[in-house]
Amino acid sequence: MPRIESPEELVKVREEILSRRDPNKPCISICAGSGCLASGAGEVIEAFKKEIEAQGLTAEVDTKGTGCPGFCQRGPVVVIYPEEICYLGVKPEDVPEIVSQTIKEKKVVERLLYEDPATGEKATLESEIPFYKYQERINISTNIKLDPQSLEDYLAIGGYSALAKSLFEMTPESVLEEVKKSNLRGRGGAGFPAGIKWEGSRNAPDPVKYVLVNADEGDPGAFMDRALLEGNPHSILEGLAIGAYAIGAHEGYIYVRQEYPLAVKNVSIAIKEAEEYGFLGKNILGSGFDFVVKVHQGAGAFVCGESTALMTALEGRAGEPRPKYIRSNIKGLWEKPTVLNNVETWANVPLIINKGADWFTQLGTEGSKGTKIFSLVGKINNTGLVEVPMGMTLRDIIYKIGGGIPGGKKFKAVQTGGPSGGCLPEELLDLPVGFDELTKAGSMMGSGGMIVLDEDTCMVDVARYFLNFLTDESCGKCVPCREGIRQMLKILTNITQGKGKEGDIELLEELAEVTQVAALCALGKSAPNPVLSTLKYFREEYEAHIKEKRCPAFSCKELIAFYIDPDKCGACTACSRKCPSEAIIGGKNKIHIIDQEKCTKCGTCFEVCPPRFAAVKKISGEPVPPPIPEEARTITRGGKS
Amino acid sequence: MDMERVDQIIEKHNSEPSSLIQILLDIQSENRWLPKEALERISEKLQVPLTRIQQIATFYKAFSLVPKGRHGIHICMGTACHVRGAQRVLDTVEELTGIKPGETDADLKFSLETVNCLGCCALGPVMEIDGEIHGNMTPAETAETLKKYE
Repeated sequence: MPRIESPEELVKVREEILSRRDPNKPCISICAGSGCLASGAGEVIEAFKKEIEAQGLTAEVDTKGTGCPGFCQRGPVVVIYPEEICYLGVKPEDVPEIVSQTIKEKKVVERLLYEDPATGEKATLESEIPFYKYQERINISTNIKLDPQSLEDYLAIGGYSALAKSLFEMTPESVLEEVKKSNLRGRGGAGFPAGIKWEGSRNAPDPVKYVLVNADEGDPGAFMDRALLEGNPHSILEGLAIGAYAIGAHEGYIYVRQEYPLAVKNVSIAIKEAEEYGFLGKNILGSGFDFVVKVHQGAGAFVCGESTALMTALEGRAGEPRPKYIRSNIKGLWEKPTVLNNVETWANVPLIINKGADWFTQLGTEGSKGTKIFSLVGKINNTGLVEVPMGMTLRDIIYKIGGGIPGGKKFKAVQTGGPSGGCLPEELLDLPVGFDELTKAGSMMGSGGMIVLDEDTCMVDVARYFLNFLTDESCGKCVPCREGIRQMLKILTNITQGKGKEGDIELLEELAEVTQVAALCALGKSAPNPVLSTLKYFREEYEAHIKEKRCPAFSCKELIAFYIDPDKCGACTACSRKCPSEAIIGGKNKIHIIDQEKCTKCGTCFEVCPPRFAAVKKISGEPVPPPIPEEARTITRGGKS
Repeated sequence: MDMERVDQIIEKHNSEPSSLIQILLDIQSENRWLPKEALERISEKLQVPLTRIQQIATFYKAFSLVPKGRHGIHICMGTACHVRGAQRVLDTVEELTGIKPGETDADLKFSLETVNCLGCCALGPVMEIDGEIHGNMTPAETAETLKKYE
């Protein structure tokens, strides 16, 4: 493909691509994102290719592996166009039936459709499934339509038209104005307005400037940036090039963690193709504007998601944060003005340029415009990525889209904002989700992780979990973060192990306050959030651990025991066969007893005990009843003699 | 590791000192660990002090300064996996292999690591062995899965 030299040529190339494509030709899109690949999408794609060939349909049907549409819970996800029929949990053995029924006969395979767990009603189309119905998918809906490794696919849906518009119909100033007007706030955590950040760099006197993509998505349980980078890498490149034009940068970097190999691969292919077509490199689309992009792989350090640490890492050094006396948009990478935005922020830029700031500001709330992608995970029926307008309530996200809590359990809290965020209780379920609203409630937006916790989750343990994570990830440069988090972790660990004492809570609060005020970077300053928010909303759980040595969620190993109720045990031997520690004394027709000395409290017995007996109990805060004597253990079954 | 291969990797990155991390990542992924001779070679070619290379190799989690086992076990300790019982999976692996996270067993069969999130939260708790994801792990299934590796 020769380079495209003008916006007119781009239009022609697009028309030519579309003229070769028949909108009525069946296309089988299979999610090839990391989540679906883990559930076997690779084999499904292979099976489709083989079956299409075997049936002699290669010329009549397109098959493609695409980016992630978000419904990870029910992967591998397959969507068949032009009808948009959505099949879930597809296995290779389902493929011949799909091809012969849906592709050839135009009949729907009922058993692979979404079925509403409450009503039993089936949904044929993607847009009818409740998980998708309540979303506003301005970014992520494109993923299932694209082969991420095909620039043609991106051009076919209007790709790079926003870049052409910026370069030929707008000045850098007017691009900047549009982004400012849209009030697009950074999707990476702090929510700083992107336009204002850009303006600072544009006005900085140094002629050499940089634009960076922060794809060092390290929050556990958050993977929306990966989905965008894997699924639609050109949209990020296009946004980045527009930003570069607006601030006057000619070089950009994508800092992506090496734990995301597919994202690295797809974005590298995208850069190469974009250079060949003339969307990146010298004299882009004949405009005279030059811009190159390079990929830098992170080597596994959470703190590198922090802006100054990321820049230090890009320079080839250990990624430690620097003090921000001068902001990095004035003095950043190699001491040059540098704009760093998150993947999702950049992805929104082409949309804003194409559709206008007025369109963008219609979505969302007063302070938070547009949409936000959340990764809805944990104790939730529909795990996956959800894109909703800012201002939707937590309740709608968790119940309408997420389908509520599995196994009839009770909702306890939702943790937002990653390790630096907080836990919000049931009383706050009607909170509209936005940057300022979440911060006010003691949590934060963060990059968009949303982890649902149910009655079995111990809130002290959740706080301990995050502080353990942050102790590991603290770079160690400043004392308040390095020592403050470590000491808080020590106290929390003691509490979960039943060694908590009076005064621990007060000491935690004191340490939290000092760390918040005195730490160097955002990692340390926000590290106490998990402790403070759980103390604010779940103080009684801390007190139960300390005063009664009881874990109300029956989760902290040192504070619980498993016990088989002799009156209920049916001697089915399920638990004694499955116990990995051989800690259950039983036998045929014998009431089973747990040897408390050997028990590792893994909970296997509790899970395998058939519901008709439900004999295994969790005990906390009280002594385990002594085992019944040997001679009383034999069960004499009635009605058999 | 073959020093010629180290030289090729350095060449690929134009012997740029700012590409130090990328060079180390390439060597790590090919060789599974960073031998001292390779680090000395990089130091010499890039004109970067060995102490700085050591600092980077110990700062970032992706690098190992000791040989790794034939099979790399990664237990996901991300939040979603944590609340779904990742600790039980880790405890089981520790008990069966006799090693703790960061360690390799004596006959170089397994290396055990914990990771913060593999992003397959729908399948949690997740254990990855040699790049293959094993989802919805229970202690009993973990034990079964480990048996399959020689």
